[in-house]
Amino acid sequence: MGEVCVITSGKGGVGKTTTTANLGASLAALGKSVVLIDADIGLRNLDVVMGLENRIVYHLVDVVEGYCRLAQALIKDKRFENLCLLPAAQTKDKTAVSPEQMRGLCKELAQDFDFVLVDSPAGIEQGFRNAISGANQAIIVATPEVSSVRDADRIIGLLEAEDMRPPRLIVNRLKPAMVKRGDMMDIDDILDILAVELLGVVPDDDSIVVSTNRGEPAVLSASSRAGQAYRDIARRVLGEEVAFMDLDARPGIFGRLRRLFAAGDR
Amino acid sequence: MLELLQRIFGRESTGGQSKDVAKERLRMVLIHDRASVTPEVWEALKVDLIRVITQYLDIDERAMEVDLQNEKDAYALVASIPVLRVKRNLGALPGGEAAKG
Ligand SMILES: Nc1ncnc2c1ncn2[C@@H]1O[C@H](COP(=O)(O)OP(=O)(O)OP(=O)(O)O)[C@@H](O)[C@H]1O
Ligand SMILES: [Mg+2]
Repeated sequence: MGEVCVITSGKGGVGKTTTTANLGASLAALGKSVVLIDADIGLRNLDVVMGLENRIVYHLVDVVEGYCRLAQALIKDKRFENLCLLPAAQTKDKTAVSPEQMRGLCKELAQDFDFVLVDSPAGIEQGFRNAISGANQAIIVATPEVSSVRDADRIIGLLEAEDMRPPRLIVNRLKPAMVKRGDMMDIDDILDILAVELLGVVPDDDSIVVSTNRGEPAVLSASSRAGQAYRDIARRVLGEEVAFMDLDARPGIFGRLRRLFAAGDR
Repeated sequence: MLELLQRIFGRESTGGQSKDVAKERLRMVLIHDRASVTPEVWEALKVDLIRVITQYLDIDERAMEVDLQNEKDAYALVASIPVLRVKRNLGALPGGEAAKG
């Protein structure tokens, strides 16, 4: 049985889809079989971020409604042998799928894949409920802003009631220069408030925009800082201990210790 | 004098630390968020309060109100508990640890 991991945030636009695409591609590059589910029904995005939009024939709602078999709706990513996408429907709405149906779908996919990554829509309504219903673990994405961290806290509270391992956090769009100036909350500030395990820190990086323009996840670009952060995250998901990237945004003894470890690591 | 020092060292230099403002605002807003989304916890708190207080006082449990109130830069737990009767011989009561020792 594979892992079913939902990527969620509460607040919109903080990087759930970017995270799903890059984590999925990294895990596949590390030899795992991965399927990405776009659970943002009515507002599908994961297909364009992955550059697979022209190959969609069937979608998630077609599968659920029995118009096609599950295998027919899966789009194979030609860049990786073992990476697939199950796209969302664009013309339906969230009520077209029930949590029970999502649970069934995830269960079926977890039999064939090492990882099922579910890209959740923003919010805490039915779309979110659907996205988490089949998951046995969750990754929370938050940016270092008051509203995003607040929403993350709400989501963590809601997930506590679910039968899954404690959620882990990715802080996205960190701007080291602003942290240094004291104009952006740093990682310790955020962890202090949310009290969850940190899975990774992704810097704010123009290369994300460039790779999204091209439909190629940033992890495919060796020079992308954000890509490197996501590659590290993928290894942590696989249980490896990977030192946190030196973003020059964790001042003090911890940062220096980590840097020491990192030097031995790379 | 103090004001002068504050102007030199305090406000000007820490005025740029907007992350501290962010963190403090978050702390405050989360106290409220977390308290308002868990009515079960409020119920449990009430039950525990009643258990402790009734060792000393007879209270009107139904009219009891417990609430978080926002006062300027802090939250206060405010309880309004109508007292019906004070128990006789308070010092000999089971919870009177402080009175004993
Ligand atoms: N680390 C980053 N650096 C720069 N830009 C980023 C980064 N992460 C995400 N973005 C940009 O932010 C925007 C929102 O990202 P994304 O679509 O992944 O968020 P989302 O949480 O899935 O949004 P929604 O809630 O609408 O589904 C995109 O334009 C993306 O390119
Ligand atoms: Mg999205």
